Amino acid sequence: MPILQAKQITKYFHEPETVQVLKEVDISVEQGEFLSIVGKSGCGKSTLLYILSTMDTDYGGELNIKGQKLNGWSQNQLARFRNENLGFVFQFHFLLPEFTALRNVMMPALKLGKYSYAEIEQRALDKLRMVEMDGFAHKMASKLSGGQQQRVAIARALINDPTIIMGDEPTGNLDKVNSQRVFEIFQELARQNHQTIITVTHDQDFAAGSDRVIVMSDGQIVQE
Amino acid sequence: MKRSLTLEIALTHLLTKRKQTVVAMLGVTFGISMFLVMISFMTGVNDFTKRLAMEEAPDIRIYNPLEIEKNTIIAKAAPDTTGNVYVVHHQRPKNVLPKLRNAIMLSQSLEAMPEIKGVAPQVATQVFFNNGPIRITGSLLGIDVKRQGELFTLARKMDAGELLDLLGVNDGVILGYGLAKKMNVGIGDRVSITTSEGNILMLRVVGIFSYGMADFDNARAYATLATVQKIMLRDPSFITDLHIKMYDNTQAQVMAEKISQEFGVHAEDWTTANAPLLAGENIRYAMTGIISFTLLLVAGFGIYNIMNMNIINKLKDIAILKATGFESRQIVGIFLWQSAIIGLLGGIVGLTLGYGFCLALSHTPFPNGDIIRIETMPVNFNPQHYIMGFCFGVITTVLAGFFPSLKAAKVDPVQIIRG
Repeated sequence: MPILQAKQITKYFHEPETVQVLKEVDISVEQGEFLSIVGKSGCGKSTLLYILSTMDTDYGGELNIKGQKLNGWSQNQLARFRNENLGFVFQFHFLLPEFTALRNVMMPALKLGKYSYAEIEQRALDKLRMVEMDGFAHKMASKLSGGQQQRVAIARALINDPTIIMGDEPTGNLDKVNSQRVFEIFQELARQNHQTIITVTHDQDFAAGSDRVIVMSDGQIVQE
Repeated sequence: MKRSLTLEIALTHLLTKRKQTVVAMLGVTFGISMFLVMISFMTGVNDFTKRLAMEEAPDIRIYNPLEIEKNTIIAKAAPDTTGNVYVVHHQRPKNVLPKLRNAIMLSQSLEAMPEIKGVAPQVATQVFFNNGPIRITGSLLGIDVKRQGELFTLARKMDAGELLDLLGVNDGVILGYGLAKKMNVGIGDRVSITTSEGNILMLRVVGIFSYGMADFDNARAYATLATVQKIMLRDPSFITDLHIKMYDNTQAQVMAEKISQEFGVHAEDWTTANAPLLAGENIRYAMTGIISFTLLLVAGFGIYNIMNMNIINKLKDIAILKATGFESRQIVGIFLWQSAIIGLLGGIVGLTLGYGFCLALSHTPFPNGDIIRIETMPVNFNPQHYIMGFCFGVITTVLAGFFPSLKAAKVDPVQIIRG
C-alpha cells in the first residue's frame, strides 16, 4: 500500500486566462522513498507538490495519504493533518523572524500538543543537532544566514516526526556546500527513519542522488 | 497549551513592534480618557444645575393659576340652543384670587400621605424694595420658617445671619445676596417695602442668603407668613402656595395628578415646572454620547488600520503557520489577542489618565461671576462611567481587531509561499 497516492489530478489556473496546468496526473509514493520531481519552469511540478501537500484544495482528482482520502476535508481538518503528518521545507526558509531558532522548531510541536513542554524542547534540540544547528538554538531567526535558516527550517519540518517531508526547491537558494548538506540530511531521513521525501528541484545533482526521479513536462509526467 | 501558544506569538509580535504597539495603545488611551473627562464634566454640570434648581424648588407646587373660562357666559345663558357656536374674541381672564381655599386643612391632609415628606405654605407677592431713592422690583415670600428650614436648603444658604432669626424679631426680612448688594444694606439695616396695592412697611434685615443663582439672589426676600400677610392686609388663613417635598421626587408627576383629582386644586410637578432645564439636560447627554462615541470610534479605526498593516506585514508568517498546521481560529486568536491586549492596556492607562484629568479639572477654579457662585469646575466621579468607558473601549478595540484577524485567517498560504 503506497503511503501517498494521487489519481487523475487535474488543475486549472483561471487568471489571467484559463489554462490547464495539470492533466490527469497519477502518482504514487512508497514509504521511505526519496522522490525528486524535475522539469522546466511552468511544467506544473510545484503546483502538483502543493496539491499533494494538502494546502491547495482547488483541483480535480483524488488524493490519499496514509490510506485516508483527503478530498472534501475542511481547511481546519487539513491543517491538523499537515501538523501531524507532513513536514515542509521551502525555497525561502520562512522562519518567524521574531523568534529564536529553537522556538521556531518547537512551534509545530507546541501546536500539536502531544508532548510536554520540556519534551518538546528536548526533541527540538535533538532535531537541531541533527542539522548541526544546535549551537545556534537561542539565536534569533532573523540573525542567521540563509544556509543556517534553511537547516533550522528542516529541523522544524522534522519536529513532529512526519510521515512525509515535502520540499519545494529546498536547495534552490543555497550554495554547493549547503546544498550537499541538505541532500545528506534528506537521504539519512529516508534511509534510517524510513520517512518519505518528495521534493521539487532544479538541482541536477540533488535529483540524481535521489531514489526515484519523475520528469514532468506541460502538466504531465513524461518519464519515471 | 495551545491557547498560550497563540498568546505567546501575539505578545512576541507586540513586543518586537513596540513603537507601533504604543501608538495603537495611545489611541485607546486618549479615546477613553477624553470620554471620561467629557462625561464626568457633563454630568457634573448637569447635576450641579439640577441641584441648584431642585434643592430649593418644590417637588409639587399647589397654586391658583390664571385661567381663561372655557364656557362663555353667553353659552351658559342659553343652554338649550344646541348647535349654536359662540365665538368670543379677546376674552379676558377671570379674576382669580391667589388665595388657596382651605390651605391649612389641605396641607394637613397632604402631610398625612405616606409619600409626602412635608408641606410648606407660602404667601408670595410682588413688591418694590426701597432704600433711599432706589426702587427695585422683586418678590417677597412669606414662609413658615420651621417648615421651610426642614424641607428646603435655605437655612444652609445663609451668607449672614440665621434663618431662625426671622422668628426672633417683628418684621424681620432675609434678603438675597444680590439684592442686599444693590441696596447696600446689611444686617440690622432697615428697608422699606411697597406692595403693588401701595402698602408700605419697614422691615429689618436679619440675614442674607445666596443660592448662587442670580434669578433668586437678585430679586428675592423671605419674611414670616404673618409679616407678609400683614403687608398685604390679609388674614392669617391667606396662603397662596403650598410647596410639597416628596421622599422620592421621581414619583412627583403621578402624585401631582393624584392630588389634582382628589382635592380639585392645581398641582404642578417639578418636571413640568422645569421642562426647559430637563430638555437642556437631555440635549447635553445626547451630545456627550455622540462625542464620546465618536472618540472611541476614531480610536477603533486607528486600531483597525494598525492591525491591517500588521497583518500585511505578517503575511509570510501567517502562511508558514498555516502550512505547519495552524488552524484558522488560531490565526484569528493571534491577532485578536494583540488587539485585546492593546485595548486592555490602553484602557487601563486611559482610565488612570482620565481620572487624573478629572481630578485636575475638579480643582480648577471656576471663573467666579455673580450669576453662578461656584468655586471649582463641577466634575462627577461615577465608577459606572469608568466601567462603561473601559468596556466600551475594549469592545471597540477587539471589534476593530476582529475583522483584520478574519482576513488573516483567510490568507491562502500557497499564494504567499509561491510568491
